[in-house]
Amino acid sequence: MENSTSPAPKKMNLQRVEMSKQKPEVRRQNFDEVAFGYTPEEAMAEASRCLDCKKPGCVGNCPVEVNIPDFIRCIKAGDFAEGIRIIRQKNCLPAVTGRVCPQEEQCEGGCVFAKRGGQIAIGRLERFLADWEASQGINTGSIKKPRPTGRKVAVIGGGPAGLTVAGDLIQLGHQVTVYEALHKVGGVLVYGIPEFRLPKRIVRREVDYLTSLGVEMVTSYVVGKTRTVDSLLEEYDAIFVGSGAGLPWFMEIPGNNLNGVYSANEYLTRMNLMKGYTFPSVQTPIKQHHRVAVIGGGNVAMDCARTALRLGAEAHIVYRRSRQELPARLEEVENAEEEGVIFDFLTLPLACLGNENSWVTGLSCQKMELGEPDASGRRSPVAIPGSEFVMPVDAIIYAIGNSPNPLIPSTTPGLAIGRKGNIEAEEATGKTSKARVWAGGDVVTGAATVILAMGAGRKAARAIHRYLQTLEEE
Amino acid sequence: MIPVLERTMVAPNIHNLRLQAPDVARSAKPGQFVILQAEEDGERIPLTISDWDAEKGDITVVFMQVGATTGKLALLKAGDSIPTAAGPLGNPMELGNFGTVICVGGCYGIASIYPIARALKEMNNRVICVVEARSSFLFYWQEKLRKTSDEMIFITRDGSLGRRGHINNLGSIIPSIKGGVDRVIINGCNYVMMRGCEETRPLGIKTIVSLNTLMIDGTGMCGVCRVTVNGSNKFACVDGPHFDGHEVNWDELSSRRQAYLREETVTLRTSAPEKER
Ligand SMILES: Cc1cc2nc3c(=O)[nH]c(=O)nc-3n(C[C@H](O)[C@H](O)[C@H](O)COP(=O)(O)OP(=O)(O)OC[C@H]3O[C@@H](n4cnc5c(N)ncnc54)[C@H](O)[C@@H]3O)c2cc1C
Ligand code: SF4
Ligand code: FES
Repeated sequence: MENSTSPAPKKMNLQRVEMSKQKPEVRRQNFDEVAFGYTPEEAMAEASRCLDCKKPGCVGNCPVEVNIPDFIRCIKAGDFAEGIRIIRQKNCLPAVTGRVCPQEEQCEGGCVFAKRGGQIAIGRLERFLADWEASQGINTGSIKKPRPTGRKVAVIGGGPAGLTVAGDLIQLGHQVTVYEALHKVGGVLVYGIPEFRLPKRIVRREVDYLTSLGVEMVTSYVVGKTRTVDSLLEEYDAIFVGSGAGLPWFMEIPGNNLNGVYSANEYLTRMNLMKGYTFPSVQTPIKQHHRVAVIGGGNVAMDCARTALRLGAEAHIVYRRSRQELPARLEEVENAEEEGVIFDFLTLPLACLGNENSWVTGLSCQKMELGEPDASGRRSPVAIPGSEFVMPVDAIIYAIGNSPNPLIPSTTPGLAIGRKGNIEAEEATGKTSKARVWAGGDVVTGAATVILAMGAGRKAARAIHRYLQTLEEE
Repeated sequence: MIPVLERTMVAPNIHNLRLQAPDVARSAKPGQFVILQAEEDGERIPLTISDWDAEKGDITVVFMQVGATTGKLALLKAGDSIPTAAGPLGNPMELGNFGTVICVGGCYGIASIYPIARALKEMNNRVICVVEARSSFLFYWQEKLRKTSDEMIFITRDGSLGRRGHINNLGSIIPSIKGGVDRVIINGCNYVMMRGCEETRPLGIKTIVSLNTLMIDGTGMCGVCRVTVNGSNKFACVDGPHFDGHEVNWDELSSRRQAYLREETVTLRTSAPEKER
């Protein structure tokens, strides 16, 4: 990377092309996507800022190493078909990652412009190409039909990790069946991330594409319950477990089981998977809340707060640390701020309070301040004595994290499990301790990101393919 | 899509639904449930698997028509299909040779207690089935239950069959059983289970209940089904649904149960005794 203190060379245009969005006062009333995406002209203008570095900083920072300067060069030249083809060589869900990757930490963070604040908008360009492809009604990822190998693979979980494995292995001629516990495939992409950030039609398009390649999708199938991993192993040559991190955490404070206290998973599932936001046109009942406290500071917390806001509530983010430490994508924090989400930083919940009917009436909290930096240089929050106060709210949503669901670990003998309930798997291959079983994504790492789940899926697919050719484990 | 093989009304407002779900049928154990959807994007509701045939690949659930989803299910006929029947979920009922076991069923619980009674009978327990309803015309599946039990006792609110009254009859039934009772298992609405537990608590008889909480996924993902049992937080769908009824926090359970579904009060109203309405 270049030295950040040197003055910007003349040819460096630091002005990012803005992506047009719905106005905050409009979008807070609807569930339509916030950002409209680049037009071809905007995309070409943004692409033309790219210096096409000899040693690009972006590529190595992308977990799946998309060949970024190459696809940007194609946009510059107006050859969008070639651009998307280049992305798809490494990334099978570009319309998704272009929208949800934490680019500021990844590709864009490695860009030579980054230190001057004008990094190339790689995510937006990626999204542009993926949307352009969709608008053409084509999928450039398609290849000629491979010769069937006769090998069968079961993929457990239809999230980004599982879908990546399915896509890679079907294109190598293996027979692939995806078993998904819920009634729709997509994992967090369909039950968690809201419509206004990731329209469900985009996920459906990717899933339909995999189906068109021959992947069999079996929904409402709970592996470990409907059938065990061992039983599946009798029928399949290899199994990939991508069952995610779906077990919600609650703080250990009083009042958690009052009515109106939700896990983020429950709240978002009601709204997204069950389309609660269209109630009463669907049967999923939702409550009309007036003032909602969301505990947490990650993407999940932003999604909950922005959903509550769209349903007419005053939405608060209650976070223990300060704005700087918010783990959410920067763009989502900014969107939330613009829409009017209220941030209560340096605030620690102490108890959920309720009335005689067991409905939430408030969140008792304490103010915090940042203490001296610890050994790692991180300033951790410490409570200010006597600063307790009650925030009157009629709903509380926990968005403080998830751990892997124990359903598969507990019904699969021989599968080594880590301390946090995660399945143990080799980093480079996804191989677990159990013969013919691979795993990847959140179930291995704990809650992480879409692109990391896809990256893990890709590595596992490669290892599974090697195994399927010889049927000998490495 | 899950094909509907049969849907019949077995008592006023109580329906029997037989579905073709081979993988569920092959794995089902007494006390497990399925999550059903009546239509795409509709509510997901848990229903106990009350009978199944692993060979033919079908499962039977019995439900009371109370709300929008059960209303839609009640209109199904053979040849229709529903989008979702995920299962078998939850833990199976703990089985064993306990000695004398009383199996209590009220409303849909008359059906859901059946596979439990059947399994206990096969394991050489003395099985006494106690079924309760407002009136005798609300009973169903009596032949099936009779075959799997050594004795059947009826309780009706109006006295039209068996004992008159409601579930607190359990308090006088138990001491009347020669040789004593080793375990009580109660299935039905939460009110029946709670009152039943109040009767068995002073008698010191272990009582297992099958909680029906709100559920969405049934796999431990959403936490809507959380209950406090013996002071600790449990997810009914994966830690239960069967718990020691003497350890359940019933007040919390019934308030959480009513959070959404106005129609649940209907269930309560139809099973609570007159003076408590
Ligand atoms: C609200 C929210 C917002 C997020 N925002 C972002 C973001 O902006 N950017 C980002 O990069 N990441 C984000 N994440 C994280 C990201 O979504 C996850 O890291 C990613 O989806 C993990 O992929 P996965 O395939 O490992 O698991 P999942 O997406 O969790 O998929 C696992 C699937 O397996 C299924 N399953 C589980 N158990 C079984 C079983 N026993 N049998 C069959 N199927 C089973 C589940 O139903 C699920 O569909 C967000 C997460 C949430 C919850
Ligand atoms: S996949 Fe994510 S990190 Fe990689 S180039 Fe695309 S937006 Fe950047
Ligand atoms: S029903 Fe969702 S966790 Fe139990």
